[in-house]
Amino acid sequence: MKDTALTPGITGGRLPPEEYAENFSDLHPRPDHHEALVAADRCYFCHDAPCITACPTDIDIPLFIRQIATGTPEAAARTIFAQNIMGGMCARVCPVETLCEEACVRELAEGKPVLIGQLQRYATDTLMEAGIHPFTRAEPTGKRVAVVGAGPAGLSCAHRLAMHGHDVTVFDAHEKPGGLNEYGIASYKTPNDFAAREVEWLLKIGGIEVKTGQRLGAGLDLAQLRADHDAVFLGIGLGGVNALNLEGEDKDGLRDAVDFIADLRQASDVSKVPVGRDVVVIGGGMTAVDAAVQAKLLGALNVTLVYRRGRDRMNASVFEQDLAASSGVRIITGATPRAIIGNGAVREIEFEYTDDDLQPTGQTFRLAADQVFKAIGQTLHGEGLPDLDGHKIAVTGAGRTSMKGVWAGGDCAAGGDDLTVTAVAEGRDAAMDIHASLTNAGG
Amino acid sequence: MADLTSDFIGIKSPNPFWLASAPPTDKEYNVRRAFDAGWGGVVWKTLGEAGPPVVNVNGPRYGAIYGADRRLLGLNNIELITDRPLEVNLEEMKRVKRDYPDRALIASLMVPVNEDAWREILRRVEDTGCDGVELNFGCPHGMSERGMGSAVGQVPEYVGQVAHWCKKHSSLPVIVKLTPNITDVRKPAQAAMEGGADAVSLINTINSITSVDLDLFAPQPTIDGQGAHGGYCGPAVKPIALNMVAEIARDPATAGLPISGIGGITTWRDAAEFMTLGAGNVQVCTAAMTYGFKIVEEMISGLSQWMDEKGMTSTADIVGRAVPNTVNWKDLNLNYVAKAVINQDECIKCGRCYAACEDTSHQAISMSPDRVFEVIDAECVACNLCVNVCPVEGCITMEAMAPGEVDPRTGKVVEAEYANWTTHPNNPGACAAE
Repeated sequence: MKDTALTPGITGGRLPPEEYAENFSDLHPRPDHHEALVAADRCYFCHDAPCITACPTDIDIPLFIRQIATGTPEAAARTIFAQNIMGGMCARVCPVETLCEEACVRELAEGKPVLIGQLQRYATDTLMEAGIHPFTRAEPTGKRVAVVGAGPAGLSCAHRLAMHGHDVTVFDAHEKPGGLNEYGIASYKTPNDFAAREVEWLLKIGGIEVKTGQRLGAGLDLAQLRADHDAVFLGIGLGGVNALNLEGEDKDGLRDAVDFIADLRQASDVSKVPVGRDVVVIGGGMTAVDAAVQAKLLGALNVTLVYRRGRDRMNASVFEQDLAASSGVRIITGATPRAIIGNGAVREIEFEYTDDDLQPTGQTFRLAADQVFKAIGQTLHGEGLPDLDGHKIAVTGAGRTSMKGVWAGGDCAAGGDDLTVTAVAEGRDAAMDIHASLTNAGG
Repeated sequence: MADLTSDFIGIKSPNPFWLASAPPTDKEYNVRRAFDAGWGGVVWKTLGEAGPPVVNVNGPRYGAIYGADRRLLGLNNIELITDRPLEVNLEEMKRVKRDYPDRALIASLMVPVNEDAWREILRRVEDTGCDGVELNFGCPHGMSERGMGSAVGQVPEYVGQVAHWCKKHSSLPVIVKLTPNITDVRKPAQAAMEGGADAVSLINTINSITSVDLDLFAPQPTIDGQGAHGGYCGPAVKPIALNMVAEIARDPATAGLPISGIGGITTWRDAAEFMTLGAGNVQVCTAAMTYGFKIVEEMISGLSQWMDEKGMTSTADIVGRAVPNTVNWKDLNLNYVAKAVINQDECIKCGRCYAACEDTSHQAISMSPDRVFEVIDAECVACNLCVNVCPVEGCITMEAMAPGEVDPRTGKVVEAEYANWTTHPNNPGACAAE
């Protein structure tokens, strides 16, 4: 008999084949020309616009929208890329509802912001699909910089350094560059291999060599990198996944949500990605929502997301929470996992309700679960790193670490939200600081 | 509900909204639809002499400019007068008038400047049963190259002469349609009046090139790589038309001359504004061409509601109400002092008032780090630019200072008395008030 949503256990092919394509198509398809012009006309071209302030990369949003409205989306794309070389990815994954679009004066005026993210997508896609890379490299400086991590922070840093004429080598532990853009974002946000195409387009600047399969601490040595290069940038992300610290966490059926998301992104056929009938996701951030929604899209019968605090404390934006709810994900808040029940494989999880201070209430419940995704946060991995601030690399100014000649940015560095756009900004700013220090050594 | 019936130089219509002579009134089919939709009258598309009709271009004949959301603000055309045989038009007019006896039907005419040509066309038109004629001295393109349209309207002597012929050879009311492509619109209006015309209508379209094709390097609309200037109309021309209507209404030489107002009228509000400045009724074209005939329903309901709110019972009550308040600059009260006031509850913090004032005006708006925008009374000259650029209607207002208050900009006490430039001490030609 064919597998369906009702099939117990963890299996692929729960849905009719045609449903997968629909479920994993673009969440927000690119606006067409007409839609873009209508949306652009709503921009008021505000003075010192709040949307710019809200953007971690300070994109001149009113200017690029005006450029779209006047029929020059290519110029609009240049405005975007000048501040944010990954403006294409950010147009897809930025939580705009908590950034630029939240700040839009038309959100205040009418509850309907200008569709900034969509317009950014329209502009950046136009230029990228024309195969145009809008920047040229300065005369080579002869300076060599090592960038560790080919995620948004590392690539942004590498691009800006290469643009200024430095020779950059990017090292990454994975098989492909892109970092979380490639492995860590829900498939329906970046379909059609966009992350890989964006990296390819970004590298057109020249002067960047990418070496994959190179992990810091496993053959790649920070001291050696420092010795061999004029500067080092660490954009290594958060390699470790937090554990539940419960007995039986090694039972079959328990996984890290990030691995599930990566499997989906790397799958040539998502229908083959196995998913449980009763799925429980533990956590309250974007990763938890990405895992929960995609489990549902793969045909899981019941998907429950359980978060230990209240809704208002969830790191996932209200938009993401609504997306989960409208996808059929049940969200339970104020509950902490207490026990993993099952013989060999997980069968149930027991939770206990907690109050606002995470104090146990004594009231428990159990959820049937043949698959459990852990998404309770990631931690920095690595030995011999610069000094830490809490669990992340301490930085001052534009990403300067405690080690001379070593900068850091993105999720691995302290400060800032763990967002693609924040990583891009930090990589860019560190690059400018590195450039300044390399070209003005005495000053 | 207010009575909207209109009596314009003896021509009755159920409301003061007529369709102007233009493409929407070129044939029976359209005019029947217009009357069914509720239009009070129609000025039929301009008729020319008998014989082979004029021909139009076979490519685009309109060009446009747009506001936000591609809202059409201005339209330009290079269409000529009707290109259908005179006989066909006359037969259709006769049938339509027979079937819609309560609506106004006006024949627009354009023939060469000789008495025989006008006598002949008037003879044929009278037979349709139409309510009047409108002499097209306004079209600025094509026909003007042949000595008609605005080529006549720009020479007051010709205007007066033709008006005179028309009154002489016809018993129909005569409306003279004026061109705005002239330095002083009062001159042809005076000539029309002296020639015996019953009314003037204005404005016809304005010489214009709406845009240039930046690939072809040719004006638009483009015909095989070339473009000619056309006639401009639509909401963008309304301010020009309003002023010209007011000029004629205020001129002692033409005082009391009935005016049919034309030029960018799109809503009931536009119509009311024209009427307050002296128009006895209004004619509409571009709004209908943009949105269809149905807009007249809004015009009827809107004008009616406003008249009720104002306690007006007849459209005649509106006509000219703003004329006494339309004065020359030298008559404006220089003792009147106002200041901009920003309603913080309405403000959406776009900062456009700030940019406009700071960059281009008087640096009279402050901006705090948390985007609170406030007027600096000591700098504000009440220019109104902030009001004009604010996206939120009513957010910024101009508030008059009360007499006795001190204007923080000048340090002077606001005077209660009216005083204008003619008596101002800075005016070298000032004369003491009597």
